[in-house]
Amino acid sequence: MINLTIDGKKITVLDSTSVLDAARQNDISIPTLCHHPKLTPFGGCRLCIVEVKGIPRPVTSCTTPVSEGMEVTTTSPYLEDLRKTVLELILSDHPNDCMVCEKAGDCTLQELAYFYGINPPIPPLEKGGRGGIFAGERRVYTKRDGNPFIERAMEKCILCGRCVKVCDEVMGVGAIDFTYRGFKSKICPPYERDLDCVFCGQCVAVCPTGALTGKMWTLKGRQKEIKEVDTICPYCGVGCSITLHVRRNEVIRVSSKDDTINEGWLCVKGRFGYNFINHRDRLTRPLIRIAPKNTKEAQKIRSSEDKTISNSQPLNFSTSHVFREASWDEALDYIAEKLKTIKEKHGPDAIAGLSSARCTNEENYIFQKFMRASIGTNNIDHCARF
Amino acid sequence: MTNSMSEIENNDVIFVIGSNTTETHPIVWLKMKKALNKGAKLIVADPRRINLAKFAHVWLQQKSGTDVALLNAIMHVLFKEGLIDRVFILVRTEGFEEFKKSLEEYTPEYAEKITGVPKEKIIKAALLYGKAQRAGIYYTMGITQHSHGTENVYAIANLSLMTGNLGIESTGVNPLRGQNNVQGSSDMACLPNLYPGYQRVDIPAIREKFENAWDVKLSDKIGLTAPEMIDAALEGKLKAMYIMGENPALSDPDINHTIKALKKLDFLVVQDIFLTETAELADVVIPATCFAEKDGTFTNTERRVQRVRKAVEPPGEAKEDSWIITELSKRLGYDMKYSSIEEVFQEIGKVWQAVVGITYHRIEKQGIQWPCPTLDHPGTPYLFKGGFPRGKAQFIMLKYRPSAELPDENYPFILSTGRQLFQYHTGSMTRRVDAINTVSPEPYIEINPQDANRLGIADEQKIKVSSRRGEIEIKAWISERPDKGVVFIPFHFKEAAANMLTNIALDPFCKIPELKVCAVRIEKLKVKS
Repeated sequence: MINLTIDGKKITVLDSTSVLDAARQNDISIPTLCHHPKLTPFGGCRLCIVEVKGIPRPVTSCTTPVSEGMEVTTTSPYLEDLRKTVLELILSDHPNDCMVCEKAGDCTLQELAYFYGINPPIPPLEKGGRGGIFAGERRVYTKRDGNPFIERAMEKCILCGRCVKVCDEVMGVGAIDFTYRGFKSKICPPYERDLDCVFCGQCVAVCPTGALTGKMWTLKGRQKEIKEVDTICPYCGVGCSITLHVRRNEVIRVSSKDDTINEGWLCVKGRFGYNFINHRDRLTRPLIRIAPKNTKEAQKIRSSEDKTISNSQPLNFSTSHVFREASWDEALDYIAEKLKTIKEKHGPDAIAGLSSARCTNEENYIFQKFMRASIGTNNIDHCARF
Repeated sequence: MTNSMSEIENNDVIFVIGSNTTETHPIVWLKMKKALNKGAKLIVADPRRINLAKFAHVWLQQKSGTDVALLNAIMHVLFKEGLIDRVFILVRTEGFEEFKKSLEEYTPEYAEKITGVPKEKIIKAALLYGKAQRAGIYYTMGITQHSHGTENVYAIANLSLMTGNLGIESTGVNPLRGQNNVQGSSDMACLPNLYPGYQRVDIPAIREKFENAWDVKLSDKIGLTAPEMIDAALEGKLKAMYIMGENPALSDPDINHTIKALKKLDFLVVQDIFLTETAELADVVIPATCFAEKDGTFTNTERRVQRVRKAVEPPGEAKEDSWIITELSKRLGYDMKYSSIEEVFQEIGKVWQAVVGITYHRIEKQGIQWPCPTLDHPGTPYLFKGGFPRGKAQFIMLKYRPSAELPDENYPFILSTGRQLFQYHTGSMTRRVDAINTVSPEPYIEINPQDANRLGIADEQKIKVSSRRGEIEIKAWISERPDKGVVFIPFHFKEAAANMLTNIALDPFCKIPELKVCAVRIEKLKVKS
């Protein structure tokens, strides 16, 4: 264990803890942009600078390990002035289009600019325009990525490197990295091609600015009037915790919290595979067959459907001459009547039920109870084998 | 899983067999990556050069369906090298003396002949696994979807028993469940031979318990499994089916067979959120709600019961599955009265001890892993800490049995089917997400460059793939992933459904179909005149 003092407070932490972690464990706040608790420290943004007694210049707290008897100062007019300057430099070539930015309200950069009272460089919106305290050249990226998941607005990138690290250290994919040097530095896939990866969106989740956002989130709503509901992902059996962001009865975004079994990480399906919920093909009323089975007409529908398939619009076809809509009472009465008749004529074992691994425990319990207690058969199974 | 996902990062050896983890369970892969970052070693056994193989310290490319021979050979080496846990074997298992004799013939040389894996690699993998302190085995359908799937699983169990890798943190036999609540559907006994909590329907005392709990007389006859239902429908013995949220008309092996059977039924009800391929065959289609439209619980692959919460209202008149079934039950004269969905969960606790301690209130923030028998029980991250349910674990002697349908002159390729990263199962959900369809628009067949070259097939060329059961036209993707003589088709795409080709052969014990091995022929399409 190491004993040290931070802002006059005596604290004890484990060996090899960083000064930043030591401070945060003791509820002492230090601003950061590039640091992420689940990634290796980088020391890139220079906001986490602190003064250490005996060292002439400020050091980055995220990359400095604690040592015995260390005396650390995390805030002073001198440090805050330096931090403000760093932020002003970062914002000197930022588009400052927070009014229309997807990330507004959930942006670490915006929040720090607010706390440090940064005046926006003027004029703010025009690309390539000059202005502000550190008026100067602006990075202009006109290329937009063609991938359907991740919007990369690279003029908003502050080169914190979180996306690069998460892609390499956590995912083991390494789809992006820093390229070029100095002012021309940027983060991109090899040869500046379009992103072609597993599209897990971990980079989007860790981006502290609006540089990386979800393409399908665009203009669906930001922070206002959003209801957040914690639930479980509907895809594989890992059972990742997800948070559905809902606006006006529509799921507009999916995220995951850090303190979950999946540690906040998701895959492409969990993060971006939610648009089926509001899909126009959803069944909305009970349907009763009007076309007889195995007729030419039924065949015709099948083949016309096959045609749509080859046009890669797989799942749309007209159902009106096969089914008619019915009320709940009519549909349920009809099913009950048919099942009763079959049970009386052929016995309960002439009826079987398949339940669903997509449904909840409660629904599965009710379904098997229905088959066993109401129908009277053990003919009940589900898709565990497929 | 006998153990938990959070324990993976503390494995010192990870043995993945028959699981394309980076694509089918990406978040489990992240836990494995964490372990690798800490210095763990990775053994991958898979007939395809899956992405995971890139990270493997040893990659064993066994021929599809030869897992028993491979695992027996690994155990042969472990025994010869003395890398077995004698205390564990003595105290906690039985049948080892006979079992070890059964391993004698499975020398690495013999296994090399069957599996195609060089004996040096088998030895290397065995030594890695055998010398580990905390070795976990992870598998999925690559192990189970065989006509000898149960034997494959037994072989894995033998391996972990022999090395004492059970009942300890960060070890275990860990099947990764493929669907969000497939663990829960099994726990809830949507199974023909069991009541909730894995209690057998053919034991009178258990039946009486459920008869009292449900206040009704119950059948003592074991029911039909899903594949047996299809056969019974074809034979005309089964007259009606009620299918809730499943799509066997695309997910079953040999779907022509399944569709024929479903059409033969007098009455078919399908309850789903979309008009699936199965729903198209129904007499009545019932609109249900999706996960975001209801409250309840899912149980994940590590037995963790987690809360599902309603976020949006369902579209139109769609109703929750629980409402639909209870309404129907009432009409059939059996009234299930529940005032809330939580009351259903409480009832489960009344018939199954392992979830008595789980309440909605306790899992408000984080789920609990069953067994959790009391309200102050913290749940069970890993099983068999104090012992096995049957007392001593039994070694099971296994002989390698070839798959039901092997390649021959007419059908010279082995076809394996499975998932890919972007799509999910029969695609009723993912294929309706535009972004996913952009990156994964169409079906394809993975074929080795040497095979493609020999047959004169170009990348992206459409080819004909046929088996004894059907044929499809599909685009070729020339790739080093499959070995020579092996092809792979993801089963998500109905326009070239892999299951037109697959074999209906079942494992005799658990009736799982052999979706991982069947014989197919590949031909270029005839140019239409």
